[in-house]
Amino acid sequence: MTTTACSGPDNLHWEGGGTSRIPFAVYTDEQRHQRELDRFFYRGHWCYVGLEAEIPNPGDFKRTVVGERSVIMTRAADGQIHVVENVCAHRGMRFCRKRHGNTTEFVCPYHQWSYTPDGSLQGVPLRRGVRQDGKVNGGMPADFNPRDHGLTRLKVAVRGGVVFASFDHEVESLEDYMGSTILRYFDRLFNGRKLTILGYNRQRIPGNWKLMQENIKDPYHPGLLHTWFVTFGLWRADNKSELRMDAHHRHAAMISTRGSMGQASGQAAQVTQVSSFKESMQLEDPRFLDIVPEPWWQLDDKVPTAVMTTLFPSVIFQQQVNSVSTRHIQPDGHGAFDFVWTHFGFEDDSPEMTERRLRQANLFGPAGFVSADDGEVIEFSQQAFDSKPQHRALAELGGREVGETDHMVTETLIRGMYEYWRKVMEAPEHTAEVQP
Amino acid sequence: MSAPVKIDFDTWQALQALYSDYASAVDSGDWDLWPTFFTADCVYKLQPRENHERGFPLATLAFDSQAMLRDRVYGIKETLFHDPYYQRHVVGAPIVRQIDDQGRLHCEANYAVFRTKLDGPSTVFNVGRYLDIVVSTPQGYRFAHRLCVYDSEMIPNSIIYPI
Repeated sequence: MTTTACSGPDNLHWEGGGTSRIPFAVYTDEQRHQRELDRFFYRGHWCYVGLEAEIPNPGDFKRTVVGERSVIMTRAADGQIHVVENVCAHRGMRFCRKRHGNTTEFVCPYHQWSYTPDGSLQGVPLRRGVRQDGKVNGGMPADFNPRDHGLTRLKVAVRGGVVFASFDHEVESLEDYMGSTILRYFDRLFNGRKLTILGYNRQRIPGNWKLMQENIKDPYHPGLLHTWFVTFGLWRADNKSELRMDAHHRHAAMISTRGSMGQASGQAAQVTQVSSFKESMQLEDPRFLDIVPEPWWQLDDKVPTAVMTTLFPSVIFQQQVNSVSTRHIQPDGHGAFDFVWTHFGFEDDSPEMTERRLRQANLFGPAGFVSADDGEVIEFSQQAFDSKPQHRALAELGGREVGETDHMVTETLIRGMYEYWRKVMEAPEHTAEVQP
Repeated sequence: MSAPVKIDFDTWQALQALYSDYASAVDSGDWDLWPTFFTADCVYKLQPRENHERGFPLATLAFDSQAMLRDRVYGIKETLFHDPYYQRHVVGAPIVRQIDDQGRLHCEANYAVFRTKLDGPSTVFNVGRYLDIVVSTPQGYRFAHRLCVYDSEMIPNSIIYPI
């Protein structure tokens, strides 16, 4: 393996040496995908697993994933949250088949090994053998100790009602992992109020998982692809906005404040000349955009109407006016991922606010007025990557460098993510777990 | 589940026609036809079975007026970028579960929707059950409520056209 200015150890060619020209091959190779799973999802990183409100009572559980590994988020009798891998310690069976439920123990049906919600092995049938004709037949060896054969336990962190897990028990604290900049936006949304679950949407997108991270690190497309955003001023290049990152440039927040609807004047007029802007478009039922500002939107002297936070690698936190959700990225091979949306509200929401969140949810998800076409463009990008892996994409809006901005006319967040990606992916195997 | 309600032949025939005409309309590509099957203050929801059965209110699409359906039609025609596809509904015979004191018919029917993209094979796209409230209007039977509860919870990328 060789390392040059433009080639990583896996021989990817980065044109220009930086990250403004992204090789198609980062999306098309199964071996590279396995390395990503290992280095981003299973080591050194925190992954989203769910919301505390999904398992409110002792014994509640939810089956979910970290990377491509099946895990179970449980709440033990003492109220503690645990995350254990859904792999029986005996023969490796993925034993938990229900998506959610309540139980005092998990039993693998194959040989009925049973586990407590924290993953401790509590029962092994025929462990001491079977007495027959005065002698004991079989059984586990005398030195078999159930304590050595629990389920794989993940490290767990809970903040603001959101549950994260890591297979890597040496991982830094969740707060250090997010970094102070991103943490402020996280705490703005998850500010300690109890969450209420409104429900789920699930979609399978036939594209590489990183494309979804990039989609929400890309403030260039929403005011162009999404007619609703540009026409109703929800997301436009002339809105007041900021792009923020953690020190490693792996996480990001796109912050925007809703501007004027309709035509703009002066330089801003450029944004209403884009072909997706529809001057005459009006809603027959304006309740889709019955937006009511909420006190928690305020951060210092600013009141953003949208904050889209990407936490690398596994999750997106959405606030778009009154609609809030988590979007969980669940890879399945290099060419597809499942995208699971959990819409929520807050315990102090009035019935009218709940109605409003549910109605605004029409903009998002697999059929949403805005989001449906994000899945479509990701699918068609992947189609081209697979047919031409030696080619590269461009991400040069706003320059070739990486840095925070007070506007959204830039692809800096994508360049930042690949700067981090290269550091981790190009590190030699023995240092890969040491974070830059 | 309540037992089926007896209805006369004219009602049965009108109901069959409503369900068949609806399927024909939403498969035709003429999206403007879709809202005409509903009352002005209708409710239309497309909801994963999980949310329905667990009592979560979120729907994948949730409209509570005919005007919202027309806004959706505008979205399909003018604002939603998507791969074009044909769709084909196969709808089972509706069964009337109840006639309420306002004379509204509470019906249900299974459905399957196949999707065919221009360069691909036909695939099973969305499978579920309609839970409906049908009312008699001067123009004939219309849906006051149409709840599509779908088993196909893992949506193959996106749903653009009406189910």
